[in-house]
Amino acid sequence: MTTLLADWLEIVLDAVNSLIVNKMRSALTMLGVIIGVAAVISLLSIGAGAQASITQRITSAGTNLITIYPGAPRERGVRGAPGSSQTLTYDDAQALANKSAVPDAQFVAPEYSRFGQIIFGSQNTNASVAGITAAYQQVFNLKVQQGSFITEEAVKRRAKVAVLGYQVAQDLFSDSNPVGQKIKFSAGGRKATLTVVGVLQEAGGSIFGSADDSVFVPISTAQMKLFRGRNPQGKLIVTSVVLKAPTETQVDAMQSEVETLLKARHNLSPADTEDFRIRNQADLLATASGVAETMTLFLGAIAAISLLVGGIGIMNIMLVSVTERTREIGLRKAVGARKGDILVQFLMEAVVLSALGGLIGILLGVAIARLMDTTGVMTAVVTTSSILLAVGFSLAIGIFFGIYPANKASGLSPIEALRYE
Amino acid sequence: MDRLRRLDSLAGGVEVIELKDIAKTYQMGEVQVHALRGVTLAIAAGEWVSVMGPSGSGKSTLMHIIGCLDKPTAGSYRLNGVEVGTMSAGQLAVVRNHQIGFVFQAFNLLPRTSALKQVMLPLRYSRDGARIPLAERRSRAMRALEAVGLADRAKHRPAELSGGQQQRVAIARALVTNPQIIMADEPTGNLDSHSGEEVMEILRTLHREKRITLIIVTHDEQISAEAQRIIHLHDGLVVGDTSQAQLERPGGSGA
Repeated sequence: MTTLLADWLEIVLDAVNSLIVNKMRSALTMLGVIIGVAAVISLLSIGAGAQASITQRITSAGTNLITIYPGAPRERGVRGAPGSSQTLTYDDAQALANKSAVPDAQFVAPEYSRFGQIIFGSQNTNASVAGITAAYQQVFNLKVQQGSFITEEAVKRRAKVAVLGYQVAQDLFSDSNPVGQKIKFSAGGRKATLTVVGVLQEAGGSIFGSADDSVFVPISTAQMKLFRGRNPQGKLIVTSVVLKAPTETQVDAMQSEVETLLKARHNLSPADTEDFRIRNQADLLATASGVAETMTLFLGAIAAISLLVGGIGIMNIMLVSVTERTREIGLRKAVGARKGDILVQFLMEAVVLSALGGLIGILLGVAIARLMDTTGVMTAVVTTSSILLAVGFSLAIGIFFGIYPANKASGLSPIEALRYE
Repeated sequence: MDRLRRLDSLAGGVEVIELKDIAKTYQMGEVQVHALRGVTLAIAAGEWVSVMGPSGSGKSTLMHIIGCLDKPTAGSYRLNGVEVGTMSAGQLAVVRNHQIGFVFQAFNLLPRTSALKQVMLPLRYSRDGARIPLAERRSRAMRALEAVGLADRAKHRPAELSGGQQQRVAIARALVTNPQIIMADEPTGNLDSHSGEEVMEILRTLHREKRITLIIVTHDEQISAEAQRIIHLHDGLVVGDTSQAQLERPGGSGA
C-alpha cells in the first residue's frame, strides 16, 4: 500500500517536474483554469449573496404574513393605476380583525398610504405617508427610538400626530430631537400640521419599502384629514391589509379564512373573480429565490464557459507537448513502459495543471468575493458547494481534456516515436 | 545456406534468438513495402553479431523485430524458446524491459534529466508484482553507471556531458535491468573516433565479462570486423552470414 502511494507520488512529482521545464507555458495554461475557477467561485458567491440578502429581507418582515390588496388579480380591459382600486374597505379590515371569522390571524394591520410633502423649517422631503393602526408595529416588529408609536387612542381621535421613519427624521431634523416638533404636510392642495410623537429605529430595507422612508399617522387621520380615503359609495377604504399568523404553519389556513370572509362580504360566488389580491410571504420568497437561483445559475454557466475554455487550453498545450516529446515517449516504451504508464504520465500532467490552477483559482475567487463583500460593492457568500463544484469541475476538466492527448501519446508505436525527428 | 550457423564453442549451443521465415510488410498509402521477406536465422546466447547492409535492406526492421519493438507480419520469432511474434503490446513491453537493452545512434537520453535518473528509468517500468523500491533502483543505477565509468557524473544532465559520455549513460541504461541481449544501432555513429573507441571498449567488456548477447547494426567495417559473426541483409533477405571466429579477440571466446 505504501509502495503504491510512493508510486503515485513519484508520478505526480514527475508531472510537476516536466511542467516546471516549461514554466511560462504551464503558467499561461494554468491561467485559463485559474480565471475560470475564480470566475465560477466569485460569481456563484455573488449569486448566493443576492439570494441570501433577498431571503433575509423577506423573512425579516416575518414569513407568517399575508397582504391583501384591493383590485382583481387580472382585470379586463384597461387596468387602473396601482392603488386606484377602491374595493377594500376599512370595514373589511374590521371584519378581518374579528377572531371568530379569521381565528388564525394574530394581528390585523390595515393601511392607507399615499405620498405627500413633509416640511419642517427649510427642510422638506417627499415621503410615503402611511395611515396605520397600533397593530402595524407588532406586525412589522418596528422599534421606537424616541417617543411612542401611534396608539389606538390616536386612531379613534383622528389625532394629527406622526411617527417618523429613521431616514425621514434624519433628513428633516438631522441630529436634533424631533419629538414634540410640528411638521407641515401637504398633498393635492390639502395642508395639515402634524405633531411628531415618535421616531423609529433604523429598520433597513424590506420588500415592502422601507419603514425608514415613511411617515406614520393614524389611519383615520390619513383617510379623513390628509387624503380623501373614501370610495364613491362613501365608505372608508384601505390600500392594504396585512395579517400576521402566530406561526408560519397557520398562514395557509389564515389565507383561506380571509378569502372566504372577503368573498362573502363582497357578495362573490366561488366562481366569481375576486376583487382583491392576496400575497403571502412564502410565495414571494419562492418567487424571489427562484429568480435569484436562476441568476446564480446563469452567472455560474457563464463562468463555466471560461473554465471550459481553460480546459481546451490544457488540451491544446498537452497535444503540443505530446508532439514535442514523441521521441521521449518512444524511448520510454523501448525501455519497457506500457501503454498505461505513458497514459498516466500525460494524464497526470494535465490533472496537475488543472488541479493547481483550480487551487489558485479558488484562493483568487474567495479573495474576490471577500473583497466585494467587505468593500460593500455586493453581498457575496462563498459557499462550500461552490468550492467543491469548482474543485470537481477543474479536476474533471483536467481528466476530460487530458485524456485525448494522453491517449494519443500512449498509442504511439515505439518505432514510429523513436524515428520521429 | 546453413541457417543455424552458430558458434557452439562460445555459447554452449543455447539459441536465444530464433527467427523463422520472418516477413514484415508495411502499408505506405497504396504501396506495400516488403521490408523483410522471409528471414530465418538463429543467434546463440553470448554471441556478438554484426548486422550490415545498405539502407533500405531491412536491417532496421530486423532490429526492431528482434528488439520486440515491432511485430512481424508473418513467421515465427522465439526468444529463449518463447514465441514473441504474437505477444500483445503490453507483454512485449515486459520483454523489452527484462531481456533487451537498447543503445541508439542518437543516444536518446531524456533532456534535462540527470544521468542517474536516466539509468533508473527502465527500473521504473520493471514490475514483478510490486515495483522496485526507489532506493534499490538508485543503487542499481549507480552500479550500472560505475560499470561504464561514469559514477562521478551521476548528477550531470545530458547537456553537461560529452557525446561519448552520453552514449555511456545510454549503455548504463541498457544494462541496468541485466538484460540478456543488448541491441546497438550505430552506437558510434555520432561520435568521434576516440569516444567511439571508449564506447566499443565498454561493449567489448560487457560481452566478454557478462556474456551478453550483442547485436550491433553498423556501417562501420572496423566495428563489424570485431564481431564473431556478420549478417548481411539485402532487399529484406539475408544474403550473407559469415562466422569469423578467427578474428576473435583474445579472451573473447571464453573457451
